[in-house]
Amino acid sequence: MSDRVVIKVDHISKTFRLPHERAGSIKNMLVGFAKRKRGYEIQKVLNNISFEIKDGDFFGIVGRNGSGKSTLLKILAGIYMPTEGSIAINGKLTPFIELGVGFNPDLTGRENVFLNGSLLGFNRKEMKAMYDSIVEFAELERFMDQKLKNYSSGMQVRLAFSIAIRANTPILLLDEVLAVGDEAFQKKCSNFFNDIKKDKSRTIVLVTHSMDSVRRYCDRAMLLEKGKIVTLGDPNEVADDYSKQFINTTATSTKKKHRYGTGEVVYQNIRHILTKEWFILDFDISNKTKNNYDSVTMGFDFCVDGDIIIGNDTRFMKNYKSGISLAANSKKHFTLKFPNNFGKHHFTLNTNITTENGVNVTDQLRPALEFDSNNIGFSDAWEVLSFPEITENDKD
Amino acid sequence: MRRIFSKQNRALISELVRTDFKLRYQGSVLGYAWSLLNPLLIFVILYVVFVKFLKIGDAIPHYPIYLLLGIVIWNFFVEMTMQSTTSLVTRGDLIKKIRIPRWMIVFSSSIGALINLGLNLIVVAVFMIVNKVGILDTLPRIIFPLLEIYMLALGLSLLLSALFVKFRDVSYIWQVILQAGFYVTPIIYPLSRITDATLQKLLMISPMAQAIQNVRYDAITHTATTTSSVFANGYYQFIPIVITVVIFFVGVLYFKSQAKYFAENI
Repeated sequence: MSDRVVIKVDHISKTFRLPHERAGSIKNMLVGFAKRKRGYEIQKVLNNISFEIKDGDFFGIVGRNGSGKSTLLKILAGIYMPTEGSIAINGKLTPFIELGVGFNPDLTGRENVFLNGSLLGFNRKEMKAMYDSIVEFAELERFMDQKLKNYSSGMQVRLAFSIAIRANTPILLLDEVLAVGDEAFQKKCSNFFNDIKKDKSRTIVLVTHSMDSVRRYCDRAMLLEKGKIVTLGDPNEVADDYSKQFINTTATSTKKKHRYGTGEVVYQNIRHILTKEWFILDFDISNKTKNNYDSVTMGFDFCVDGDIIIGNDTRFMKNYKSGISLAANSKKHFTLKFPNNFGKHHFTLNTNITTENGVNVTDQLRPALEFDSNNIGFSDAWEVLSFPEITENDKD
Repeated sequence: MRRIFSKQNRALISELVRTDFKLRYQGSVLGYAWSLLNPLLIFVILYVVFVKFLKIGDAIPHYPIYLLLGIVIWNFFVEMTMQSTTSLVTRGDLIKKIRIPRWMIVFSSSIGALINLGLNLIVVAVFMIVNKVGILDTLPRIIFPLLEIYMLALGLSLLLSALFVKFRDVSYIWQVILQAGFYVTPIIYPLSRITDATLQKLLMISPMAQAIQNVRYDAITHTATTTSSVFANGYYQFIPIVITVVIFFVGVLYFKSQAKYFAENI
């Protein structure tokens, strides 16, 4: 590794003007002008950021949603202009930050390879020369003449990643790439990163939520919070600080429990057990009214850090497509078994009960419970928890 | 200039144009044939109404070809400016996530329109041969008015597309202006129909009127009225050229000043 600085970020700030109501027409602008109303809010997304990246570094940028890391990456890529400060980039970098930019669903896989390649600066001749190895790396030989809209999201990412790593620029900017793909493909990606890490041939700036990747690949890392640098330097330290942030907020969120709804049909006695193979949810629903309901539905959302990771609804479960019937003043007992592919995360589970086909919310628990999953599963990529087993015992 | 047309940029523009063409007629049975059929069908309508019913243009030799040529050129102008106006926004995914020179997006959509114009001019040429229009020695000169139209359309495209990012009204306003322009420009009627000499002069200072009439004069018949004949070769005949150059530079400069902020404003 040489000590040459390839990216020098010097006191960068970025503010966005967020219009209250988008003044997207001339009339709005004139009206706004006449009222002398400032139709926007100033939001400071990055605040006085300075750092340097040296040649051959594997540099990680982490932070929670809204911390400004993607904006920073866009500034590095030259897509946004900084409001204040300057950046100096010494060497060519990939012009894009996300995989599959410019992919068109109505074109075939093959056509998309050529289009995407041209965004990287390759002409048709060069692309033809590397076409076969791209397809082979993506393991999509059979699908190249199908339209991209018929690809699964995993297939699309594989194709995009296979093209992206062809970019022969000395600096690579990557935003969240390791999240999708099956185990075999993830292994390929990790080999690719390990190779780069070993021979120090390229500088990589990686924006990620995966602390695992940060610890494994990065030489240096940076933690952003609300547009400011919190920690800069050792990747282990950065990963630890990021996890601490996470624990703090989950602790505060535990204090806030919300229950809404009309109270006509409600949850009772919710319990859960987490085993190696299953997450089992056990509860009663109780009809508190003198009406009979025949289309009661229940929803379950598993969230990490406030974002829904996977949601399910009894309407999508075989026996309950048209809803659950529940007589006046009666109770029913349910057990739901979800296969434990949760990975290693702190989950909150939100549940709700509705009648009249989802229109009338009678009970909603946010959250109903919290749990820490410790199953390693597919590292960070979860299998879809789409078909839980549901059993019902009448308890009139 | 060498940097503008570097290997990377040429590769990207050719891919963007290719994609546009592939996508444009996707799902239609006749496909590419529509780029030729569309102006031909419009031509048939205008021909029946104006030449057969209203008997306009009897005085002009080969009037149907004269009409078709005018429509083809006007359609090119409409297609190029309309498509370019929305091009930055429809390609917003590229602009927001990739650092490519922004002008390339407008430029590639203009190349698409140019290719269409080329195909349509071939159709016109076939009609000319079938109709036994004599080849004039002025024919090669049509390249100049065609270049002028391209320059005007490119300047407008840059200006309108940059404005469209901020104000979505632009496309509606431009549609109305184009509609008005179609009637103000002597496309379906010969200029001789306008008897007021001042009004004739006013109509002929429009770059579109001047360029279309010059193409007709050079390619089909020397009876076509041109701007220089209206102004009797006076200095005023250069007004359309000046307008074109001014619009082109205003477009380029405005686009340049706004290009940095497209990613944030789309």
